[in-house]
Amino acid sequence: MAASVAFDPATQARPRGRPVYELHGVSKTFTRRNVQALDKVDLLLTEGSFSAVIGPSGCGKSTLLKIMAGLLPPSEGSVVLEGKPVTGPRRDIGMMFQQATLFPWLTTIENIVLPIEIRDGKAAARAAYDKARSLLELVGLSGFERVYPNELSGGMAQRAAICRMLITEPAVLLLDEPFSALDELSRDFMNMEMQRICLERNATAFLVTHSIPEAVILSDVVHVMSARPGRFIESVAIDLPRPRTLDMMTGPRFGALVQRIRSHLDQGAFT
Amino acid sequence: MSQAQTTSDAPAPPASTVWTEETSWIDRMPRPVAMLLLLAAFLLTWQAVYGMELVSRIILPSPLETAEDLVVVGRNLLSGDYMLAALWVTTQEVLWGFLIAVALGFLLGVLVGETAFGERAVMPYLVAINTMPKVAFAPLFVSWLGFGIASKVALAAFIAFFPVIVGTAAGLHAADANARMLFRTMGASRWQTLVQLKLPAGMPHFFSGLKNAAVLVVVGAVVGEFLGGGKGFGELIRVAAAQLDTPRVFSLIIYLSLLGLATFWVVAFIQRRFVFWHKETVAEGTLGQ
Repeated sequence: MAASVAFDPATQARPRGRPVYELHGVSKTFTRRNVQALDKVDLLLTEGSFSAVIGPSGCGKSTLLKIMAGLLPPSEGSVVLEGKPVTGPRRDIGMMFQQATLFPWLTTIENIVLPIEIRDGKAAARAAYDKARSLLELVGLSGFERVYPNELSGGMAQRAAICRMLITEPAVLLLDEPFSALDELSRDFMNMEMQRICLERNATAFLVTHSIPEAVILSDVVHVMSARPGRFIESVAIDLPRPRTLDMMTGPRFGALVQRIRSHLDQGAFT
Repeated sequence: MSQAQTTSDAPAPPASTVWTEETSWIDRMPRPVAMLLLLAAFLLTWQAVYGMELVSRIILPSPLETAEDLVVVGRNLLSGDYMLAALWVTTQEVLWGFLIAVALGFLLGVLVGETAFGERAVMPYLVAINTMPKVAFAPLFVSWLGFGIASKVALAAFIAFFPVIVGTAAGLHAADANARMLFRTMGASRWQTLVQLKLPAGMPHFFSGLKNAAVLVVVGAVVGEFLGGGKGFGELIRVAAAQLDTPRVFSLIIYLSLLGLATFWVVAFIQRRFVFWHKETVAEGTLGQ
C-alpha cells in the first residue's frame, strides 16, 4: 500500500522540529535486587520524528519505556514531556504493546474509546465515537465498529490498538515491539502502515524493538543500547528518504546501516 | 517387457493415493444414541443384579419398581400434594443458600483477590475453615437457628461458599500483565481497574466457582434436613429410608437431582449470556459442563 505512494521530496528533508520529549541523565537502579538497569540515558524526541531503541534482551529497554510512560519513577535524572515533568501516567502519552490487549467483552469501538471512558466517563466516551470511526477509517478497519475482538485477525487487532492509542491525541507514541507477534508479511505491511499513519498525523514516536531492519526502515534515529546497565552506545541517523518503501530494504544504504548497528550489538552482547 | 508394448511413452500412472481416514464407530455414534445405549446398559445390569438376587430385594428395588414409584411421586408433585410442598421447602433452602453463598463468597473473594491484607491475613483463616468438616456444624446451626429452613439455609450456604471465594479471587488475578499496564497508562483508578478490567476478566473463573456452589448447595440443604429435620425433601428421603421403602428413596433422589441440575443449568445459562466472549465457555456442550 505504502509502496505505491509517490516519492515526495518535501517529506525527505524533515526539519528538526521542536523538542517534545526530553530525558536528561536518566538512571534506574532497582535497589531491592541491586540491579542497575539504566545508566545516564539522554534522549531527545523532536516533533514528528520517529526514533527507535535497539539492544540485547535485558538491556533495560522496557525499563526505559516504563519510565517514559510514567509507570516507573527514575532513580536519577529528569523526564520532561511537553515542558512538564512526567510524574505518572498522562493522557498525552499513547502506548502500544506486543499484544493488542483488546478486551474481549467490549466491541472494537468500545475498546478504542476506553481511554476516554476511563478518564472522562461514559458520556465523553460516547461523544468520541465519531472520532473513533474516523480513526478506524485511517487504519483501514471501517465497518468493524461492532465486531468483538475475537473475530479480528492479529493484524486487525493491532490496527484497533493503534486507534485506541491515538484516540486521546497523545503528544508521543510509545511502541513496545508492536508487531513482533505478527507473521513476517503482516509485520512488514503494518510497519509501512505505521509509517503512513505517523507521517499523516506528524506523530512523535518512540519504538522499542529487537529487529534491526524494522528499526532502520521506520526510524529517523536508531539508538543502540548496551547490555546492563543500559546506555546509549551510538545514535545512528537513518538518512533514507521518506516515505520509506519495503524495496529500500534490499538497497545498499539500508544494508550498510543494518551492518553498522549489528556490529555494535555483536560487541555489546559479549562484553 | 510389458511397458514397451503400451502406446504411450510416459510411465504408468501411480496407483491411486486416495484414502480415507478411519474413525472408530464408538466415536461416530450420535450423542442421543450413545446416551440412550449407556442408559439401557445400566438398566439391564441393574435388572440382572436384581434378577439374580445378588443383593437382597429389600435393599435394591427393581428398575421397574423404581419407575413405578417415579410415576407415583411425579403424580403427587403435579397434583400439588405434600411432596410438592416438601420440594418447595427444599427449593427455597437451595435458592437462599445459593444467594447467600454467592454474595458472601463474592465479597470475601474480592477482599482476598484484590487486597494484600485479604490475601495474607484473611485467606489462611478461610482455608482453615474450609478444611473443617462443615457438616459437623449442622447441630450448631439447628440450635442457633431452630428446626425451620433457616438452619438448612445456613448449612447450605456454609458448604457452598468456598468455591465462590476461590473462583472470584482467582478471577481477579486472571487479567494479564499487559492489560494491567494498559489500564495504568490510561490513568485508571483502583476501582476502575477492578470494575472494568479485573472483574470482567475474572468472570469465567467466577462462574466455574458458581457451578461448584450450585451443586454443593443442594448437598448442604439435604444434609441439613437429614440432620435437622424440617419439612423438606431430605426429610421425605429419611423417612422412606427408615421404612425400607427403597423405590421411594431412589425416586426421591432422582427428583432431587433434577433440582440440582436445574440450578446448575441456570448458572450455565447465565454464564453463556454474560461471558459470551470466552471461547471455552461458548464451546461448552448443551449440558453446560
